[in-house]
Amino acid sequence: MASMERTFRLEVPSNTENLAMIRDFVNGIGVRAGFSPSDVAKLELAVDEACANVIEHAYGPEVTKEVSIKATIDEFTVQIDVVDTGTGFDPAGISQKNLDELVAQRKSGGLGMRLMKTLMDEVHYEVIPGQKNELRMIKRLKK
Amino acid sequence: MATSFSVSRSTAGNLTILSLSGFLDAHTAPEFEKAIQQEFDAGNIRLIADCGGLTYISSAGLGVFMSFIEDIRGAGGDLKICSLTPKVAQVFEILGFDSIFEMVPTADDAAKRFV
Repeated sequence: MASMERTFRLEVPSNTENLAMIRDFVNGIGVRAGFSPSDVAKLELAVDEACANVIEHAYGPEVTKEVSIKATIDEFTVQIDVVDTGTGFDPAGISQKNLDELVAQRKSGGLGMRLMKTLMDEVHYEVIPGQKNELRMIKRLKK
Repeated sequence: MATSFSVSRSTAGNLTILSLSGFLDAHTAPEFEKAIQQEFDAGNIRLIADCGGLTYISSAGLGVFMSFIEDIRGAGGDLKICSLTPKVAQVFEILGFDSIFEMVPTADDAAKRFV
């Protein structure tokens, strides 16, 4: 990223009650980056989804683990890195079933990842075995 | 800082209206799930979700709608959604929920859709 880059961090315990705090943090990032209200809302929702996945699936019942959110802003983009040390997953294993099939099976799995991919310009997921899982999402500023 | 969410219940004839307000996310979705489950268990399967007070929804909230609709329709009922704010409606539409659920402007409109 260019020299205009600024970095902000939030670390919270892995409890869904902290999702509101995460959304407030991300809202501030989006506003500071100059996003429209609509794009700020999209950024907030995408990060909420990423962190909810970490809290509910990577860490499961362990509410004392940590979810780390790093936001990097430059004049063109906001990059969000969500890092955890819980159980990783294979993005290719996420259900690609259409909505009708999921409804018929009373399943809602994979909706969060679908939202993230729709709301953000780029979504990358990396598992570093024994160390961490890192979800990187990028949203570009429309000028 | 916890998320605020509430569900209030009212009836209109044989219809049950669940009015949602606040933030429906992974933290609060279990509360909504419990409310729908109670209605279903009591045999109240003609349901309207009035989302006029709902300011935020994530996939956890959408998942609750999704996980009940097949059972409710299978029992001869339906769950119709009304009064969505543009911000919340956008999330339903992104995931294609507008093809599964009837989403109408008001609770009166929703009531008229029940035969």
